[in-house]
Amino acid sequence: MSAQLDFAEIKQLKQKAAEARRLVVETVHHAGAGHIGGPLSAIDMLVSLYFDVMNINPSDSKWEDRDRFVLSKGHSAIALYTVLAKRGYFPIEELSTFDEINSRLQAHPDMNLLPGLDMSSGSLGQGISAAVGMALGAKQLGKAFYTYCMIGDGESQEGQVWEAADIAVKYKLDNLIVLMDFNQLQQFGWDGTDGRERERPVTSPAERFKAFGWHTISANGHDFQQIIDACNEAKEVKGKPTMIIAETIKGKGVSFMENQYLWHSKIPTAEELKIASQELMAGV
Amino acid sequence: MSQLLQVGEKASMRDVFGEALLNITKKDTKAVVLDGDLANSTKTDIVAKGNAAQFLQMGIAEQNMMGVAAGLASVGLQPWVCTFASFITKRALDQITVSVAQPKLNVKMIGAYSGLLTGCTGKTHQGVEDVAIMRSIPNMVVLAPADGVELIQMMEFAHQYDGPVYIRLARDEQQQIFDAETHRFELGKGLFVKEGGDLTIITTGTQTERSVEAARLLEEQGINASVLHMPSIKPLDQEAIVKAARETGAIVVAEEHNIIGGLGSAVAEILGEQYPTPMIRVGVQDRNTESGKNEELLKKYNITPADMVEKAKEVLSRKR
Ligand SMILES: Cc1ncc(C[n+]2csc(CCOP(=O)(O)OP(=O)(O)O)c2C)c(N)n1
Ligand SMILES: [Mg+2]
Repeated sequence: MSAQLDFAEIKQLKQKAAEARRLVVETVHHAGAGHIGGPLSAIDMLVSLYFDVMNINPSDSKWEDRDRFVLSKGHSAIALYTVLAKRGYFPIEELSTFDEINSRLQAHPDMNLLPGLDMSSGSLGQGISAAVGMALGAKQLGKAFYTYCMIGDGESQEGQVWEAADIAVKYKLDNLIVLMDFNQLQQFGWDGTDGRERERPVTSPAERFKAFGWHTISANGHDFQQIIDACNEAKEVKGKPTMIIAETIKGKGVSFMENQYLWHSKIPTAEELKIASQELMAGV
Repeated sequence: MSQLLQVGEKASMRDVFGEALLNITKKDTKAVVLDGDLANSTKTDIVAKGNAAQFLQMGIAEQNMMGVAAGLASVGLQPWVCTFASFITKRALDQITVSVAQPKLNVKMIGAYSGLLTGCTGKTHQGVEDVAIMRSIPNMVVLAPADGVELIQMMEFAHQYDGPVYIRLARDEQQQIFDAETHRFELGKGLFVKEGGDLTIITTGTQTERSVEAARLLEEQGINASVLHMPSIKPLDQEAIVKAARETGAIVVAEEHNIIGGLGSAVAEILGEQYPTPMIRVGVQDRNTESGKNEELLKKYNITPADMVEKAKEVLSRKR
């Protein structure tokens, strides 16, 4: 993994992310259910992790020394599924079974059903504790793998997130790298002031995690170079866990979904799917 | 809203709930609504829009929300804590026990999206253990309405009652069973919605509609079933259960819940001690559930009217 990505590498990642986003919108439309805004804001980070940062082997998904990933904001499962499918963990065609009965692609990740899922999640706040356990486990076992985790900014209202944050510092988990999808929206939240529809988080998550003893990095969560640089920096940090506050746009890539809280979980119509697909593929 | 709920028509419980809750907050400034960032799913957004001063957004933090509710109740307010059944009864369970139920504080707990039919959200969001959990807690009242009319009456009861009440709600549209003019919800009382001599289907909540349908299917086959609807799961109408067992000699208990700990268990506890009678429980058979469409889920997890017909015949073959 070169520190500086060249033009061709960036272009490839962009292409993959655009295709993954198109698959997210298409799959949710097809299923008639699911979340959409949060998955779209997470895609660029997932593509960076699975196509560049993480040490994994899709043909041996249970490899003991692989890097781990926990999607703590489990409602964005469809984003992870599309990226895993594109990375070769299972056939892309299987995405069409998302949310259906008997499918391996459950509404929220089930680690016993689908290859490539290191943890089950869906109830917010729980995944980050499991990620702490994986990183602590690696230390106990003397293993060198890293544990990555993604949390939502709304999710960080759960007390459990801060319980996990505390223990991660206590045990000096420098093998734990958490990315916060800082899109500044949740499902409903609070009415906004100053003419804003919804209120933004009142305090800075970077300052909060710093106060808990974490190394924090702020990055643009839609800039591949910045995401990958942040992960590389995190891997070099000794003696404490890292929180990457990734500034993102909920609904990223589809003009009428961007920054609209009601697109947290709304089903695109056939017409909306068409427009979304055009917009997403136009950039690449 | 209650005027609009006609027998036989479809209505979604969450819409009825949101409107009824708005009415309660408008009548009573002490009633406050607490949301765990799900207002547009549970329909407390109707209160957020209609009476913002009595709507408190607690964020995605159910444990704290329940503790805050206990504090609000202790100073004389009546908090209505609303989130999914799954999160309220499991994430905030210790807070419910220690901060609300043990001191018998006046907190109303709403478990939205209970049961299996939760809009394709899967097992983390389905609520098929809530009754088992909540009925095991001293001081807790546990209620499950069959339709919108009954829900409104239950909410009025809960509003008048001083103490913890848990109400389990469904997400989707269903048929209205009760007539607002004649139906009366009463704490601790069951209701025979159909009388027949061969066996009794004891049921609750959303399963009552399907139980009535099962009784109709049985009738086509010459079998007459009573249907005993239990809107009050705790306290439970022991007398009605024993009466049904004595008069029909065979019992099916059906519910959109795990067979462990739910209404079926409650009925078995009573019959086991007071009037042993052949019985079968229809419900989720103690296994993980999943995402899927409503009809497919009911079928896979064996709680359709056709499943109940089959179980009714089985229990009849064991009737003494
Ligand atoms: C414990 C728990 N409470 C509530 C929910 C319902 N829920 C799912 S997503 C969501 C909002 C999450 O917001 P955020 O973490 O900011 O995610 P994003 O914006 O990336 O979608 C809520 C309240 C849940 N899944 N788990
Ligand atoms: Mg968010």
